[in-house]
Amino acid sequence: MIDSLTRPDPDQIRDWLGDVPDPEVPAVSVMDLGIVRDVQWQDSELVVAITPTYSGCPATSVIAFEIEAALRARGIDRLRIERRLSPPWTTDWITQEGRRRLEAYGIAPPAESAGGPSPFDRFLRKPLTIACPRCRSENTDRVSEFGSTPCKAQYRCRDCLEPFDYFKCI
Amino acid sequence: MNAQDALVEYLLRLGDNALILGHRLSEWCGHSPALEEDLALSNVALDLIGQTQLWLNLAGEVEGRGRDADKLAYLRDARDFRNVLLVEQPNGDFAATMARQFYFDAWHYLLLHGLTGSTDPRIAEIAAKGLKEVTYHLERSQEWVLRLGDGTEESHRRMQSAVDDLWMYTGELFEGDEVDQVMVRDGIGPDPATLHEPWLGLVRATIEEATLTLPQPGWAQKGGKRGIHSEHLGYILADLQFLQRAYPNATW
Repeated sequence: MIDSLTRPDPDQIRDWLGDVPDPEVPAVSVMDLGIVRDVQWQDSELVVAITPTYSGCPATSVIAFEIEAALRARGIDRLRIERRLSPPWTTDWITQEGRRRLEAYGIAPPAESAGGPSPFDRFLRKPLTIACPRCRSENTDRVSEFGSTPCKAQYRCRDCLEPFDYFKCI
Repeated sequence: MNAQDALVEYLLRLGDNALILGHRLSEWCGHSPALEEDLALSNVALDLIGQTQLWLNLAGEVEGRGRDADKLAYLRDARDFRNVLLVEQPNGDFAATMARQFYFDAWHYLLLHGLTGSTDPRIAEIAAKGLKEVTYHLERSQEWVLRLGDGTEESHRRMQSAVDDLWMYTGELFEGDEVDQVMVRDGIGPDPATLHEPWLGLVRATIEEATLTLPQPGWAQKGGKRGIHSEHLGYILADLQFLQRAYPNATW
């Protein structure tokens, strides 16, 4: 039983959550992706607020489950996972460490800041230059706007010929 | 019509549009012209089904009769569905699927954009979430209209037929009724008529750039918002609802 004297503080809990991998991109943690929006004690109950990356992302319920399991393993027996939609998740919340880990794993991190021109100003949009995570060449092509998960697109490198995933910017 | 009934009706329309189009797109899974397109169409479908859950759960909550998104999706009959006719139209060839998507995405983008300013914060936050996804959908479907329209002789011909054939289902998107009047009065949602000009501007510019011809204004098919559907919806529901109808309350 955790009381107010022995309960771990939220920073400690965030540290622990840094060891919980994203189920679809296990190279990064749920903290790296910016999915965990809030960690706080409400009396003797711990409330962790998480936000989905995409409305239909099937990983969201798995993430909630894994966070719960990780914290229970640390002895926190009273906790609640709260889903928070607003403000909507953006790739700008991926940490520098998260971007580095994505690239090392072979996924090109988001190339720009979210919030570009609207599709109603199509002619203002510029094609993105995405560097190959393997050989760093910028001579790459987009193969499809979507990849193996809703958060990624597919590219290929014209120099080292390697296909790779690009983490879309939203 | 009281404000609560109108809001439930409005939320069902938002949820049913996403549900039926999401289901239609999922029919391409395993059948697309290329693996990349198979993945892309399934991902767009997934976004739409995710949005469906948010809208229909809220509809059930406002209604207050103990129905959640699953009950609303699986246990209503065709006359109780409130989606526009455009989204239930068959997939046809790839050009028809992408033309349907482009018409819908351009409207959906404008609608969600308007809803981000809703006086109802529950609606504004779902719209803000969905808008990010729909922005991407629109960029993609617009690219396909351009690529197929300004492509080979055959792709041009097919895309022209697609934009022509689906045109009569676009009028319904901009027609308001008493539900919309209540939404406008309460600051919940935009007047559908105000979406027409920016929609037409984008559609015209895209169709012209794609070397296609903009269809002429003509007879508009409508009725979906009131539950009067084309014959296609019944077949969709037979597929979508079979499992829950045959094995009530089945879970996995």
